[in-house]
Amino acid sequence: MSGLVIEREALIEAPAEVVWRTITEPDQITRWFADRVDLVVEPGAHGYMGFGEQGGPVVVEVVDRPTRFSFRWNNSGGGEPVAGSSVLVEFTLTPEGDERTRLRVVESGHESLAWADAEKQRYADEHQDGWGPILDRLAALLGKRQPE
Amino acid sequence: MTEQADDELWSAVADPSRRRVLDLLVGNGEASASWLAERVPFSRQAVSKHLVVLERAGLISRRKQGREVLYQVEADRLDEATRAMAELAAQWDRRLDAIKRLAETAHAETKNKRGI
Repeated sequence: MSGLVIEREALIEAPAEVVWRTITEPDQITRWFADRVDLVVEPGAHGYMGFGEQGGPVVVEVVDRPTRFSFRWNNSGGGEPVAGSSVLVEFTLTPEGDERTRLRVVESGHESLAWADAEKQRYADEHQDGWGPILDRLAALLGKRQPE
Repeated sequence: MTEQADDELWSAVADPSRRRVLDLLVGNGEASASWLAERVPFSRQAVSKHLVVLERAGLISRRKQGREVLYQVEADRLDEATRAMAELAAQWDRRLDAIKRLAETAHAETKNKRGI
């Protein structure tokens, strides 16, 4: 059984290059995602995305203009988003003719947060320490309603 | 539903092993920990821990029958979990809609400038 993977796609009446700019340029990202975006689109670059009072670090993974772009985030004020403790967002752009692009997004890694939570749970069972910051992060993910 | 309850629900269903246990309970209706342990690739002890988390999240309930404890799924709560996951997907639908509008508008403006 696979983990929690969210896959969505849209067919856009614009060339891949235009879609690419929309999903990668900070002043464009603020129009569909975060309120505040501090990001350099280079593999391994560390940036920041803010959502109102909340926000957190973002790490760019793959940059393959204009077909693949991915980054890790966890929507918290917590530590660096690394594999195993963050959510990975992967965009794939597939040109369909000159003026149409299929944009696919895959969001994964929710279960890796939960695996970390299993560790937390063991700790909590022993120490009656309740639910920790990992769950706060999940709550932030779940509870967030982005303005359009 | 409180935020704390949301937390527990989400983390309970996010774990693949726990979803396997949930699946078995949905399929079987009611089952003991031993019965479940025979059908999963992890230990009886792990099954017990998963059952504790699932019960705490309100996804399952238990009743005693003789010396056995039987577990069953709380359907309403499972529905909530499903809806929570659907909401994550819906967020991306809204974001993709916004991306689509922005890109199409930008493209149309460029074409107009060129007088195409």
